[in-house]
Amino acid sequence: MFAADFEYYRAGSVAEARELLAAHPGAKLLAGGHSLIPLLKLRLAAPAAVVDIGRIGELHGISNGGGALHIGALTTHAEIAASAAVNAGAEALAEAASQIGDPAVRNRGTIGGNVAHADPASDLPTVLAALGATFTVSGPDGERSLAAADFFQGMMATALGEHDILTAVNVPAAGSGSGSAYVKFSHPASRYAVVGAAAAVTGAGGTCAGASVAVGGATAVPVRCASVEAALAGRALSADAIAAAAAAAGSDFGDDLLGDVFASGEYRKAVAPVYVQRALTAAAERAG
Amino acid sequence: MKVPVSITINGRVCEHEVEPRTLLVHFIRDLAGLTGTKVGCDTSQCGSCTVLIDGVSAKSCTTLAAQADGAGITTIEGLGDGEQLHPLQESFWNKHGLQCGFCTPGMILASHELLRTNASPSEAEIRHGLEGNLCRCTGYENIVRAVRDAAGAMAQE
Repeated sequence: MFAADFEYYRAGSVAEARELLAAHPGAKLLAGGHSLIPLLKLRLAAPAAVVDIGRIGELHGISNGGGALHIGALTTHAEIAASAAVNAGAEALAEAASQIGDPAVRNRGTIGGNVAHADPASDLPTVLAALGATFTVSGPDGERSLAAADFFQGMMATALGEHDILTAVNVPAAGSGSGSAYVKFSHPASRYAVVGAAAAVTGAGGTCAGASVAVGGATAVPVRCASVEAALAGRALSADAIAAAAAAAGSDFGDDLLGDVFASGEYRKAVAPVYVQRALTAAAERAG
Repeated sequence: MKVPVSITINGRVCEHEVEPRTLLVHFIRDLAGLTGTKVGCDTSQCGSCTVLIDGVSAKSCTTLAAQADGAGITTIEGLGDGEQLHPLQESFWNKHGLQCGFCTPGMILASHELLRTNASPSEAEIRHGLEGNLCRCTGYENIVRAVRDAAGAMAQE
């Protein structure tokens, strides 16, 4: 398969990338290419210009400061999965990154490209919604920070404008007594999430001081499961309490469910509590 | 507008002006003339196009040649040393880790990536490490044996 022809520009800095975006309306940003290149090959996208930001050093790497992990947009899934800082402070994120695609895909695919693509079946958006991540965006009017609920706007739609560049994803680092987990029902061929559940639990002395839960795959954007979170708050983190809370997961999904030939929307909704329960159980164990 | 691309493939510098849409796998096969790297599914699922970019595995059907400008690529042709097979090639041969052979270059380079990151993988780790590579002959049992054999041989070196 061959993409439609396009002009190729390579940016050396975020400022240069912004200039190139301004000079070439409709241009697409290219990082690892594992979302964009398949779209180009299928001609689902046919931009006149592609701006390669893959070599911008300032967008690469993980740092830890101010109680949060700052993950540059160009950091690969393999790097996130292997990062000691991520494994310590955001287990669910490392867990999700380690399950994306396969090793060769994880070596090239980036967190920034993944979330900017905003595929409903993707793993990272679900985890980032549960962990309360923020997204740093460099735009014509300067830098701004968005929460997951504001960043993800629909199926393959985000708050990123044509001249915006996602530069980093920031994840609050979990303290002691907290744990998180990501569990998915992966499609057997593509490894995308049919349903993916992320949970973060704070549980001092076996009592749930707070939980956050998100589910992806069943809806256009990851759903925060407020019903599950409320049902668990203040309760003992027992298997029964977790199962009872998880059973409410589907009630937060709304009516606009995603389905395909492999799994209907109703099926995804019905199976979601199982994965929420598993994610909560693993997160609670790690919190303890 | 074509862009100049310079890629060192198996130690040899290859310089060409290419259309930006040119995929790395086509640069390798059509311009460098190295046809060991295969195009299978063309959708980054089957792994037959796997090569090493600066020593790390990647799917060359989902990488633009322009993205690899300046990089060093290793293909199946460059893994051994002249007539001396790489231990992975030796083991795939000895353990009958191939049937039709189409997936083999990708399987061997994906196995190289696995052993780079885990020198002594368990059977389950081998199967997990090769999950991005499909064998339509379903010859997985012998492929796993071959990787175990190669890991042992490489540990003794």
